Amino acid sequence: MNQGLVADVIVIGAGIIGAACAQALARRGLRVLVLDAGLHGATAAGMGHLLVLDDNPAELALSQYSVQRWREQAPQLPESCAYRSNGTLWLAANAEEMAVAQSKHMNLQARGVTCELITGNALHAREPELRDGLEGGLLINGDGILYAPATANWMLDTPGIEQRRARVSELDGNRVRLDDGQWLNAEAVILANGIQANDLCPELPIEPKKGHLLITDRYPRKVTHTLVELGYVTSAHNATGPSTACNIQPRPTGQLFIGASRQFGTTDPQVEGWMLAKMLKRATEYMPGLAQLNGIRAWTGFRAASPDGLPLIGQHPKRKGLWLAVGHEGMGVTTAPGTADLLVAQLFNETPPLAVQPYLPQRFLEEAAYA
Amino acid sequence: MNEYADLLIIGAGPAGMSAALAAASSGARIVVLDDNPLPGGQIWRDGPQASLPDQARQMRERLQANSNIRHHAGTRVIALAGAKQLLVEDADRGWLIGYDKLILCTGARELLLPFPGWTLPGVTGAGGLQALIKGGLPVQDERVVIAGSGPLLLASAATAKHNGAQVLRIAEQASAVAVAGFALQLPRWPGKLVQSFSLFDRHYRTGSHVVAALGNDRLEAVRLRHRGKIVELACDRLACGFGLIPNTQLGQALGCALDGSALAVDAWQTTSHTDHYAAGECTGFGGSELALVEGAIAGHVAVGNTAAARNLWPRRARWQGFAKALNSAFGLDPQLKSLAQPDTLVCRCEDVPYSALSGHVGWREAKLASRCGMGACQGRVCGGALQYLFDWQPTAPRPPFNPARIETLMCLDDTPPV
Ligand SMILES: Cc1cc2nc3c(=O)[nH]c(=O)nc-3n(C[C@H](O)[C@H](O)[C@H](O)COP(=O)(O)OP(=O)(O)OC[C@H]3O[C@@H](n4cnc5c(N)ncnc54)[C@H](O)[C@@H]3O)c2cc1C
Ligand SMILES: Cc1cc2nc3c(=O)[nH]c(=O)nc-3n(C[C@H](O)[C@H](O)[C@H](O)COP(=O)(O)OP(=O)(O)OC[C@H]3O[C@@H](n4cnc5c(N)ncnc54)[C@H](O)[C@@H]3O)c2cc1C
Repeated sequence: MNQGLVADVIVIGAGIIGAACAQALARRGLRVLVLDAGLHGATAAGMGHLLVLDDNPAELALSQYSVQRWREQAPQLPESCAYRSNGTLWLAANAEEMAVAQSKHMNLQARGVTCELITGNALHAREPELRDGLEGGLLINGDGILYAPATANWMLDTPGIEQRRARVSELDGNRVRLDDGQWLNAEAVILANGIQANDLCPELPIEPKKGHLLITDRYPRKVTHTLVELGYVTSAHNATGPSTACNIQPRPTGQLFIGASRQFGTTDPQVEGWMLAKMLKRATEYMPGLAQLNGIRAWTGFRAASPDGLPLIGQHPKRKGLWLAVGHEGMGVTTAPGTADLLVAQLFNETPPLAVQPYLPQRFLEEAAYA
Repeated sequence: MNEYADLLIIGAGPAGMSAALAAASSGARIVVLDDNPLPGGQIWRDGPQASLPDQARQMRERLQANSNIRHHAGTRVIALAGAKQLLVEDADRGWLIGYDKLILCTGARELLLPFPGWTLPGVTGAGGLQALIKGGLPVQDERVVIAGSGPLLLASAATAKHNGAQVLRIAEQASAVAVAGFALQLPRWPGKLVQSFSLFDRHYRTGSHVVAALGNDRLEAVRLRHRGKIVELACDRLACGFGLIPNTQLGQALGCALDGSALAVDAWQTTSHTDHYAAGECTGFGGSELALVEGAIAGHVAVGNTAAARNLWPRRARWQGFAKALNSAFGLDPQLKSLAQPDTLVCRCEDVPYSALSGHVGWREAKLASRCGMGACQGRVCGGALQYLFDWQPTAPRPPFNPARIETLMCLDDTPPV
């Protein structure tokens, strides 16, 4: 049964990506219907670290633009979003990693990202909980943190957005079929359903990458910056086997949020003891005092990883009317504003705020068949 | 340092102690662990103002006298560490305990429901007040009101009175008819008479429930509704408990099935999971006598002495009858669901008011939006209330089951399973 247009745009997925897209469209005056199945998405699980990453130019461009957009929006965000611009401190354990810090420093400064190199002694003065003997670090001042589930809810609260609890079971260009068999039409459909994207679009090259997390009881003022090891760049990001990297984030509540692990080839959401232990050992190698703190809860989440680590943002080359905003891996909270802006610019046929080429879906899905 | 037990018993309340003693003569290596400083569970708590019954004292002595029983006090289960292996922690260290058979005797906790003023200093649970008094809290000449439901109110009142408090009122929410029916059954269980005697206390009121705790910085008075009329009583303490919730989380994490809100067991106290047994209040509310006999059955069965276990069946049947009478007498009045006002805190750890929760479809959504249950107690307090108020099912337990030192979690083997 054809129902006519239910909205100007249908967004599938009410995670941070779907919410950011819906808000951007609603602010343009469009009527947006957001459909969400209420599954356990990444937005509820992830760390919400807002960070500039420079493993490649496209990642840097999108993350730098997005972190800036979060900073601009910060005054509007309600307190429940827990936005803080506390900076990221990348930790170098040895001379080799310090060299990575130095080249990052040069690269980021050249791009206008405020950052400072910190040597071993000064590091301890900034973060007294870190162990002695670290080589140094790189502080990226403008990075921040966010409580993503509340932020997604705030975005969805924009006038012009209607939300509905429903599971989409089939896509057909600019129309979608719900679980109950009903078809809904709109001018455009945006697919922003995280790791479930493959269920509706099996041709997408997206794989789940499991992550473990643990949060401690409240220990205010122990840590100031988000502490991330530089080994991250080499070990966790690029490995195919299971890996862990030190990632310690101070929450505004005084709790410490500890990550990060990466595993491919599993969709089992169980907390695995061995991985939890491995991850915590890694974190205590940088912050020994952590061992004496109480962890109160552990959980897992799945990142939607694309082969090149970059999201797919743009119209599906073979399904006219279907727009993709998927594959954000471990960066989707950070890059939500950039994703929304890039998508809206393409929908309205405007000049995007940054070059859109590296994020276009055609890099995996061949050229547009409908052009 | 890791440890091995032929029989591991979690919880050293009446059920756990009884299980260990029943199994002891087999010579099996038995380990009992409990998060309290001394064996005895909820009912037999020690402290400067506690007088332990002879039975409890004797059981403790026998536990100590048995060289094949080890008791780890102040010890909690933190995670499953592998097949038949648990990660545990005490004040000093974390370690692994492997086992062949396991008996869950994890007891129950009090159901606390939110009402205006329930977070004021001076307001506690009914069992909570009792534990505080046994632990040394002075209540001499204090004016105490006890409210909620079930026989625990009477036990709490008895302890308060015994320690010099003036018990102004025991407000039982159940109707006079329901309670009278229960009281009529009492003569069939002579041992229980002593404790339930105060059903006929002149301060005992049925059909009566708390509406609000009043006071600025601490409790000054309590507002009650008694058969439709509002009364206010000036008082120093309010102890309020609405019955007990079985502690099933560890059992669930181990894969044991539930029957309603309690762990499911068969006639041998066996759970749905082979080699895992359960006894006492984690299998449903029934009082300490039932816990004792269930524990003994589980202990015998776990070491293969089914004949001894079977001999105890008639005794268990008798106390199950008492439990049934109890549970039907003290069913909760649906009116209690509307005690909380929009600004009444439901989650005390994270200061979440009722209004931030009432619109949500389930625990998970509510939690993500409001942080309810995300604090140090991890929903152990508010979880029961939310289940009662909104019918939200608590989520499956995840390690760490209790807050644990990160050092302890690092005792888990970090090599991936093959
Ligand atoms: C452990 C971990 C740590 C992370 N740390 C960070 C970090 O520090 N910084 C950062 O920027 N990012 C981080 N991320 C990544 C970030 O959380 C994600 O990229 C981001 O949340 C993805 O949002 P999303 O909206 O695309 O997907 P999701 O949040 O997964 O939302 C998808 C939604 O789609 C709905 N859905 C799915 N299928 C259907 C269907 N058929 N019909 C209707 N609805 C459907 C689901 O119900 C869900 O709500 C982390 C992720 C993980 C797992
Ligand atoms: C607060 C309270 C007060 C009570 N007071 C009375 C009273 O005065 N009179 C009366 O007749 N009945 C009272 N009861 C009821 C009484 O507890 C039961 O009838 C009886 O004691 C049940 O015995 P049990 O062995 O099943 O459980 P419990 O006595 O509850 O013993 C369970 C033990 O296991 C421990 N435990 C649980 N989980 C773990 C874990 N994961 N790791 C380590 N240890 C664990 C607990 O701390 C506890 O010590 C009270 C109940 C409560 C909750």
